[in-house]
Amino acid sequence: MSIEGAADIGKLSLDSLTVGYKGVPLISDITLSLAKGEVLTLIGPNGSGKSTILKSMTRQLALISGTVYIDSRNMSVLSGKDIATKLAVVLTERIRPELMTCRELVSAGRYPYTGGFGLLTAHDKEIVERSLERVHALDIADKDVTEISDGQRQRILLARAICQEPEIIVLDEPTSFLDIRHKTELLEILSGMAKQGITVVMSLHEIDLAERISDKIVCVKGEHIAGYGTPSEIFTDENISRLYEIERGRFNALIGSVELSAPEGDIRCFVIGGCGKGIPFYRALQKAGIPFAAGIIPENDIDMITASALAGETVVCAPFSAADEHLIEKSERIIDRCEWIVDSGCPAGQYNTAADILREYAKTHGKRVLTALSDVSEIESQG
Amino acid sequence: MTAADTSRRNTMRYCVVFLSFVVLYIAAVLWSIRSGSVSITFGEIINIILTGDETNKVAYNVIWKIRLPRLMLSSLLGGALSLSGYLIQTFFRNPIAGPFVLGISSGAKMFLAIVTIAMNGIFKEMPLSVTVVASFVGSIMSMLLVLLFTGRVKNMSILLVIGIMIGYICSAVTDLLINFAEFTEIVNLTHWSMGSFSAATWQSVKVSCWIILPALIVVFLASKPMTAYALGEGYAQSLGVNIKLFRVLLVITTGVLSACVAAFAGPISFVGIAVPHISRLLLKTNRPILMIPATFIFGAVFCVLCDLGARMLFSPTELSISTVTSMIGAPIVIWLMISRRHKNEY
Repeated sequence: MSIEGAADIGKLSLDSLTVGYKGVPLISDITLSLAKGEVLTLIGPNGSGKSTILKSMTRQLALISGTVYIDSRNMSVLSGKDIATKLAVVLTERIRPELMTCRELVSAGRYPYTGGFGLLTAHDKEIVERSLERVHALDIADKDVTEISDGQRQRILLARAICQEPEIIVLDEPTSFLDIRHKTELLEILSGMAKQGITVVMSLHEIDLAERISDKIVCVKGEHIAGYGTPSEIFTDENISRLYEIERGRFNALIGSVELSAPEGDIRCFVIGGCGKGIPFYRALQKAGIPFAAGIIPENDIDMITASALAGETVVCAPFSAADEHLIEKSERIIDRCEWIVDSGCPAGQYNTAADILREYAKTHGKRVLTALSDVSEIESQG
Repeated sequence: MTAADTSRRNTMRYCVVFLSFVVLYIAAVLWSIRSGSVSITFGEIINIILTGDETNKVAYNVIWKIRLPRLMLSSLLGGALSLSGYLIQTFFRNPIAGPFVLGISSGAKMFLAIVTIAMNGIFKEMPLSVTVVASFVGSIMSMLLVLLFTGRVKNMSILLVIGIMIGYICSAVTDLLINFAEFTEIVNLTHWSMGSFSAATWQSVKVSCWIILPALIVVFLASKPMTAYALGEGYAQSLGVNIKLFRVLLVITTGVLSACVAAFAGPISFVGIAVPHISRLLLKTNRPILMIPATFIFGAVFCVLCDLGARMLFSPTELSISTVTSMIGAPIVIWLMISRRHKNEY
């Protein structure tokens, strides 16, 4: 079935899809459309239905209602083989085939192209090798699939999908269980594929990485899609906090970092930070469970981002200017309530004269001044 | 090592394995046809087979009416049994599954016992067609029962235990029936339920040929989706395999093959596990296109040799075939379980 204005509908589109298991709707009204070479990422809490959506759009699950279009053709009328030449998947299901080398596993991707007995031609073999090379896995090609690490397996499964020469690739949590190096490597391969015109749809738990790689984001939560748009539209502190039900301030939209929650209770320590010198202390204090205040930090200083999530109170000054008397006064009142202050060693420069003033103030008022990270345990021991 | 080197080395390996299977088969056939209580020289045997020389009437009858059909039947059924084992392993993605372990052979046996007793008044001797159909129905029923449980338990070890229990239940019912059966039936049933190729006739060879060869062709044609199925249903489906159709096809061919064996030789244990396992180890791959012919030929070798053992080890007393196959097969299963546990695969 083709549709008027096919050009507008793009490579892959979902039209008011309702998905769920055994006829019970889980999420409805899913409508979106992707152009050739676009990257779409589904984010959302565990169990929100990301996999259900992916399985439904790859025909692993029957649709409850709505239509999936590939190249503006209704997917439900395409044959299994037609779909296989256009769409490849990387699934979460564990595979443990008996005695199968990685190369054999990758070759399985040629399935839609081979003849009745599945024998590979020279052309097929060349594509298998190219796919292995694409994911940097030539060195493990002859290993048994059960002998390789999680990171290697994920790359081999991706090679298998690449080998299928798809126009669309759908991946369900491809980065789970991978360490940070393998995560970024995998996503870089995907982003390279997208640049070559392959449309990528995946679900990710790493929202920071999702923000960086995607052209479009779908937030999955509840009975409807909770948000659909470009990363800059979706990745606001507010949206993410609502999506994952975390406190405001824990997710930083600017750099995409996530912090643990701030220690609760009365402030016991004042950290004089700035220039990133404060962050190691904030984290150490958070880990030790000691409530603290941070100051005096220029707005959008790197320290500011972490402090706003972890500190009980933060004294902020305008960027590229010295703190005025009012702010110094405010900081001194906080120091009065503390037993300790931390001098993180931020350079004074031309504007940060307040640091010296506060340090002096603390000393003259009998506060104990810490300068090394290891000293944090001293506060902890006096619990 | 480049891909071309690996592929050349593998091809070499496959050739060597297949060649040795064929050589082994020829050797087993020669040894088997020469062995027996009547001693006949190779010269005479060749003469009898090629020219149909009937001067030595006893030797002629021994070769044509006893040894040759028995040899043919044990080859065919050995191949069929091993292949059905391989198919079940493919289906459950578990190398320890087999028609005997999952209770499929015992199901066939039970149903056949029921039919034999029920039909006793109608037929003087059970027609082959009834035997085959009865054991096919029995096989499929117990396989469906196992499948019913697979839907509920995802754990493969539990599935195997269930299969073994189904096997015990079927055997118990069979024994119960034998207890209440009449004397003439008992002789047939007990003998048959032990498993043996001794009842081989040219008629049974012909019928099993007609059943096994078409099934073999179907299995060959299904070798491509089998490769994809090994990756799991999700991947197989995404590659364009019609999973439901494929599963039905696999169940029916497995049922046909193991039913044929059960009908003509009774339940034979562990061949369905041991033969595919050894073939896999030698080929170092599980690719269906290679494993299908390999298990079939090696299954023939294995059963011809085991039958030879059953006939000759304590001659003139003949052992049941399962006595011999269990001795070899059961240790292999234990070894498989242990080595797989090692890899933390359960």
